[in-house]
Amino acid sequence: MKKIILSTLAALALSSTAYADVIKVGVVGPFSGPFALQGKNFKAGIDAYMALNGNKVGNDTVEIIYRDVPAADPAQSKALGQELIVKEKVQYLAGFYFTPDAMAVTPILKQGNVPMVVMNAATSAIMNTSPFVVRTSFTTWQTSTPIAKVAFDAGVKKVITVVSDYGPGVDAENAFKAGFTKAGGEVVQAIRMPLSTNDFSPIMQRIKDSGAQGVFAFLPSGPTTLGFVKAYNDNGLKASGVKFFAPGDLTQESDLPALGDAALGIQTSFHYAVSHDSPENKKFTEAAIKAIGNKAELSFPAVGAYDGMHVIYKMIEATGGKQDAQKAVDAVKGLSWVSPRGPVSIDPESRHITQNIYLREVAKAADGTYINKEVQTFEKQGDPGLAAAK
Amino acid sequence: MQTVFSIAIDALAYGMVLFVISIGLSVTMGLMRVVNLAHGAFAMIGGYIASYVARDLGMGYAVAVIAAVVITIIIAIPIERLLYRRIYGQPELTQVLMTIGITFCIIGIANYVMGPTLKTIPLAGPLQGTADLGFRTISIHRLFAIVCGLVVALGLWFAIEKTSFGVKLRASVDNAAMAAALGVRTEIVYAVSFAVAVGLAAFGGVVGAELLPVEPYYALRYMVTFLVVVSVGGAGSIPGALIACLVLGAVDTTGRYLMPEFGEFFFYLAVIAIICVFPRGFAGRAK
Repeated sequence: MKKIILSTLAALALSSTAYADVIKVGVVGPFSGPFALQGKNFKAGIDAYMALNGNKVGNDTVEIIYRDVPAADPAQSKALGQELIVKEKVQYLAGFYFTPDAMAVTPILKQGNVPMVVMNAATSAIMNTSPFVVRTSFTTWQTSTPIAKVAFDAGVKKVITVVSDYGPGVDAENAFKAGFTKAGGEVVQAIRMPLSTNDFSPIMQRIKDSGAQGVFAFLPSGPTTLGFVKAYNDNGLKASGVKFFAPGDLTQESDLPALGDAALGIQTSFHYAVSHDSPENKKFTEAAIKAIGNKAELSFPAVGAYDGMHVIYKMIEATGGKQDAQKAVDAVKGLSWVSPRGPVSIDPESRHITQNIYLREVAKAADGTYINKEVQTFEKQGDPGLAAAK
Repeated sequence: MQTVFSIAIDALAYGMVLFVISIGLSVTMGLMRVVNLAHGAFAMIGGYIASYVARDLGMGYAVAVIAAVVITIIIAIPIERLLYRRIYGQPELTQVLMTIGITFCIIGIANYVMGPTLKTIPLAGPLQGTADLGFRTISIHRLFAIVCGLVVALGLWFAIEKTSFGVKLRASVDNAAMAAALGVRTEIVYAVSFAVAVGLAAFGGVVGAELLPVEPYYALRYMVTFLVVVSVGGAGSIPGALIACLVLGAVDTTGRYLMPEFGEFFFYLAVIAIICVFPRGFAGRAK
């Protein structure tokens, strides 16, 4: 009997002492393939955070394990999520560039006792699929709603929406429509075009024929954006005064050098511009550029990852390095801090990030590079997408 | 009416860009009987070189085009010597495996060397801006692409149908052993036509870059489109490819204007319909 009590005591004493542990964080993202640049930004944000804050929380060492899902592939994402939890024994999952990838993993969080920090995937509904999800990026609803007001205030009463025909595109269309009709404007036509569209001239002709005073567009960042903006200029829409509105995906910093003069003056609304003027952002961009190697490649996923790491560090702090998903998530509900993008907080109810949305205009900086210059701030924007879904 | 004209012009421009990019593939597939899935990769190399020369070295657009074509051919020569020569006359599957492998290698190298971001090719002064056609504006570059398409079509048709090299090429394609017996250096003929095809790919990559921007996945992203043009036109036929591009360009552009949400439905519907009626393409010859 004495022996048993002794050994129990010993075991208790051992387990309660804070001895140094390695805490593994599994990051799933596109690190190869057509979206490798976005994965590279994840990595740059994480590296930047760890370079500035060290790799230790208390006595515990944080170790990042990367897993690659080159394109939106829920099956592969789920398999990798499982592998990370079961084999690698990660305490936290993070990353996720595409919504389907994140959605595929949320059902196993509870059983694995692992919280997930979404660093990009921007569909509102992800938050509803598990109570263990926290998001530090943005939603398309969140970034697209303010631009509707901007458009209306600019004197545009009739708008045509043109979006890529997939989840976030449809979200953007709905968000803009909701905001714009609420302000009193009219959406005369809503066009959804396939993701694989290369030649946008016919779309531009549609815009011209619709008689709209402005166009709201959403396309995923990348090659198609370039064609779209060029077509807008070449087909004389810009010259004829049709105004262009879009969320910031269209003028992602890494696409700006290619867009060049064609994009000058385009107004977009987004949660983060690399050019954001604050001491926090200066510190962040210095570290992130060092991590990514080339300033031109740095863009918004990096800041999502950076803040995601901040949330994970806070979770580790709160749980003392022990695996407890519920406690970890509860600890960051309502957490607020100053991010490189400005003041942010985690909404206790939706676990999504509340942040400023900025209206930006593409401009030429003093050194000849193109930047998204912030011209107006919409403070403390939550995610209207969840409310709309109810 | 204005809209109809407008769409017609867009269709013509799109069709011609398709033609310039795809015709090189038609040459390799039709005349050399090689299913060259690395065609897009060569177009991409051309685009990268042009971008580097024009943007980073600051030389003119004309220099960039010439450099792109010449350097891409120089890069392609050892590839032809070491890799392609082995697959001439092999079954299609071997050719597909080999060329898709080459494509992935080139994608990886391009991604590593040039980075994953979009690359643009700054246009020469006169090609920038837009031209006013009275009822609409169109970028001068599109007009330039239309002219390029016509020049390439005429030039190729002349070279294949009217010159002694064209005669040798057609002879080597139809019966290599007999042509060799009659004193045609088939190896040289093949090497030259391969170089021409690669040069055309590079040229198309540069001219079409405004529509199909250069980035590492270019090589795969547009591969299906190129293959469709070749199969609809009939491999190896210049007029066939030209008709195919114009028809597909018209169908695609009109479909996208009238019902954008249907996406490429009409494009592929047209492809199915054409292939049903002309199984070897518009101008394909029976084997």
